Amino acid sequence: MFNNLSDRLNAVFKKLKGHGKLTEKNIEEGLKEVRMALLEADVHYKVVKKFISDIKERALGQEVMASLTPGQQVVKIVNDELTELMGGRLEDLNLSGPVPVSIMLVGLQGSGKTTTAGKLAVFLRKKGKKPYLVPADVYRPAAIDQLSKLGQQLSVPVFPSSLEMDPVQICQEARTTAHRTGCDTLLIDTAGRLHIDEALMDELSRIKDAVKPADILLVADAMTGQDAVNIAQSFNKTLDIGGVVLSKMDGDARGGAALSIKSITDKPIKFVGVGEKLSDLEPFHPDRMASRILGMGDVLTIIEKAQSVVDEKKAAELEKKLRKNEFTLEDFRDQMVQIRKMGSMSELINMIPGMGQMKQLKNLEVDEKEFVKIEAIINSMTPLERRQYTLIKGSRRKRIAKGSGTSVQDINKLLKNYTQVIKMIKKVNKGGMRGLGMGMPSF
Amino acid sequence: MALKWFKKKKDEQEAAASTEPKPDNVPEALNAEDHPGDEALEQNNGTASENKENEPAPPPDPTEPDPDPEVPAKSGGFFKRLKSGLSKTRKLLSTDINDLFAGNRKIDDELLEDLEELLITSDIGVQTTQDLIETISKKSSKISGPDELKAVLKEKILELLSLEPPTPREITDTPRVIMVIGVNGVGKTTTIGKLAARAASSGKKVILVAADTFRAAAIEQLDIWSQRAGVDIIKHKENSDPAAVSYDGIEAAVARDADMVLVDTAGRIHTKVNLMEELKKIKRTISKKLPGAPHEVLLILDATTGQNALSQAKLFNDAIEVTGIALTKLDGTAKGGIVVSICSTLEIPLKYIGVGEKIEDLQEFDPIQFVEALF
Ligand SMILES: Nc1nc2c(ncn2[C@@H]2O[C@H](COP(=O)(O)OP(=O)(O)OP(=O)(O)O)[C@@H](O)[C@H]2O)c(=O)[nH]1
Ligand SMILES: Nc1nc2c(ncn2[C@@H]2O[C@H](COP(=O)(O)OP(=O)(O)OP(=O)(O)O)[C@@H](O)[C@H]2O)c(=O)[nH]1
Ligand SMILES: [Mg+2]
Ligand SMILES: [Mg+2]
Repeated sequence: MFNNLSDRLNAVFKKLKGHGKLTEKNIEEGLKEVRMALLEADVHYKVVKKFISDIKERALGQEVMASLTPGQQVVKIVNDELTELMGGRLEDLNLSGPVPVSIMLVGLQGSGKTTTAGKLAVFLRKKGKKPYLVPADVYRPAAIDQLSKLGQQLSVPVFPSSLEMDPVQICQEARTTAHRTGCDTLLIDTAGRLHIDEALMDELSRIKDAVKPADILLVADAMTGQDAVNIAQSFNKTLDIGGVVLSKMDGDARGGAALSIKSITDKPIKFVGVGEKLSDLEPFHPDRMASRILGMGDVLTIIEKAQSVVDEKKAAELEKKLRKNEFTLEDFRDQMVQIRKMGSMSELINMIPGMGQMKQLKNLEVDEKEFVKIEAIINSMTPLERRQYTLIKGSRRKRIAKGSGTSVQDINKLLKNYTQVIKMIKKVNKGGMRGLGMGMPSF
Repeated sequence: MALKWFKKKKDEQEAAASTEPKPDNVPEALNAEDHPGDEALEQNNGTASENKENEPAPPPDPTEPDPDPEVPAKSGGFFKRLKSGLSKTRKLLSTDINDLFAGNRKIDDELLEDLEELLITSDIGVQTTQDLIETISKKSSKISGPDELKAVLKEKILELLSLEPPTPREITDTPRVIMVIGVNGVGKTTTIGKLAARAASSGKKVILVAADTFRAAAIEQLDIWSQRAGVDIIKHKENSDPAAVSYDGIEAAVARDADMVLVDTAGRIHTKVNLMEELKKIKRTISKKLPGAPHEVLLILDATTGQNALSQAKLFNDAIEVTGIALTKLDGTAKGGIVVSICSTLEIPLKYIGVGEKIEDLQEFDPIQFVEALF
């Protein structure tokens, strides 16, 4: 399973074991894997090219060449450089300037501007600000309605825009009203537009000139492909944006657009959108993003995934069991079923940083047929056996194998996996891997 | 299911490892003189907008089939719009392909790398790109100019789209129920508005069902589209059960003797199991109310989306069996190349193309035209 870059690199370098020192060519081979991973993650072709050439020198340095684990070394270098590239320090909204300050949200159609305006209202209110939502999209059907409803839900005031008004006029009047009503921060929701639509891009410039916003955020979809560079570059050129919000990070997109956008604009990614709810806004973490782009996992995603499947009551029950180290084969089976609903095990394993590396977890990589087998085996056990696996000795194993149409080896394998899981759980209970405990009970 | 896919991917990757042109094909430094990255990107932009304004309508293409007879008369406008949208792309790409052969270049590693860039930046994907390049390098002795290179590429991509000539489907069941699904913000509601207008203008009785009861003002948005298209809408309150309004929608359609029902569902990320379950429930409810329905499950994909579109198509298809795809937002600069992989691996036909926000900005997908427009 070469789903993840570490594995791929290890495979490349494993071939070389015993061949003495690594050569420059070997490293280049490894870098080719890095390049593939980045392209598959939707990082722009030219950005990848530049990145690879930039890290090549470091990869050719002593730390890799002399290393016993060159794969890991390369991953580390790539990960570090990527994290660095995506912005070392955390950048907040720019709210400086005379009150009321304005924040403009811009971007392509459907990227998440209106929703992000609502999310930022929540964020600002928490910071003690008084946000004012300004619907400046007079084109899309029910766009004003949409923002008004969000305002209503949040009890945040919304400027009463109407379809007859010009967006620039809306923003100017909204400023006056905000001032009068004691709101200090305008959140201007503009219409979605194509970066090549000159008339509409010009409209954004006019809004910018009229309100002199403290910050302009480009809202970009995390699923965006190669075009991200064109989009980001055009918006930045027209508006000199202040930063980026990467929306829809709650899916399984690798999000290479983040790197493309950052390298083409050199503007910070300030927030990520992680859901449709108005609380689903988080600060951007370059390190998490880096490992996600590299296909090396995102703990948050996995927890989210798990949580959406395991219903809360069951999860609580399970957690209790886990805490008491009472995870039976029956629970194991139930968890298998749950995991099956979520996607493949190996997919999940790969989402946990470092897990793809753990050899004993590799054994848990089962395919669909294997799942059916495991279920059949556990179903052929007596309830007592399921609760006390230590009872399952030689003759019982034979019986179960017969009953489930499998072999004794299959039973052995399953029990081995199960005991490994139990061991892991014990470790987790000792505080080994906090945070994973809850949503991810089966590991 | 997901497992199968990952296995396949592994195989592909292994294959890829062995088919990469040369081990030392690691890209060289992107130095300022020969590959001015930023400038090149700017250039692309420049070309795009230039073409938009200055390029006269392209001459009629003899290989191009006649506009669909089902297209209403006033559609001359949107056909033209598609042409200008796509010809912009054509110009962009064909310029590049022609550039590849500037100064009588032979098909060598360097040229293949340029071709690789061209393909990757169209979002066609690493794997498909490698396959295509392999084909080209195998036939390299036979290819001597841009026209032949284009021809080989076109042929191969058409093959991947693997489309027999679309047989005009018999619409016998009425009402014909179309469920529209996809991730957030891709253009579901807008596409429904466009489809409704098309059908209505050819004399069909259409009913829209507002089964996105979740997103703020989604119902109002669909309502406006129903007015624009001049068709009926069945709606419930916000936050009500989407399956319930679907049920009522089908019931109303049967009672009113409608020809077509378009069900607008809420955007959902394909990895969220509970939301996918909700979608299944809507489908079940529709089938229960009207056996045989939904007759079509139309997945909307955004051309701006990169490789994730494959995962979207895969998981939506696993959950409720997609019968067709509409690719929206092709009026931008994104090429939507990922549909090539989607069509070839999942064998789901691409049926419509969205080329703008207006009611007439929808076109039936034509693979030949699409590929012609690409190169
Ligand atoms: N899953 C998920 N959905 C999101 C996120 N942000 C926005 N959305 C959804 O994406 C869709 C589009 O969001 P909008 O806020 O309407 O996007 P917009 O940019 O204002 O769209 P236009 O005004 O039409 O250009 C809606 O269904 C939102 O609920 C996010 O972070 N995660
Ligand atoms: N340029 C362009 N914009 C489009 C196209 N199709 C839809 N849009 C725009 O994309 C945005 C989102 O479209 P919607 O129809 O609301 O998308 P949706 O999938 O219903 O969104 P949710 O219901 O929020 O998930 C709107 O601003 C549309 O006007 C297209 O083909 N081209
Ligand atoms: Mg909006
Ligand atoms: Mg919608």
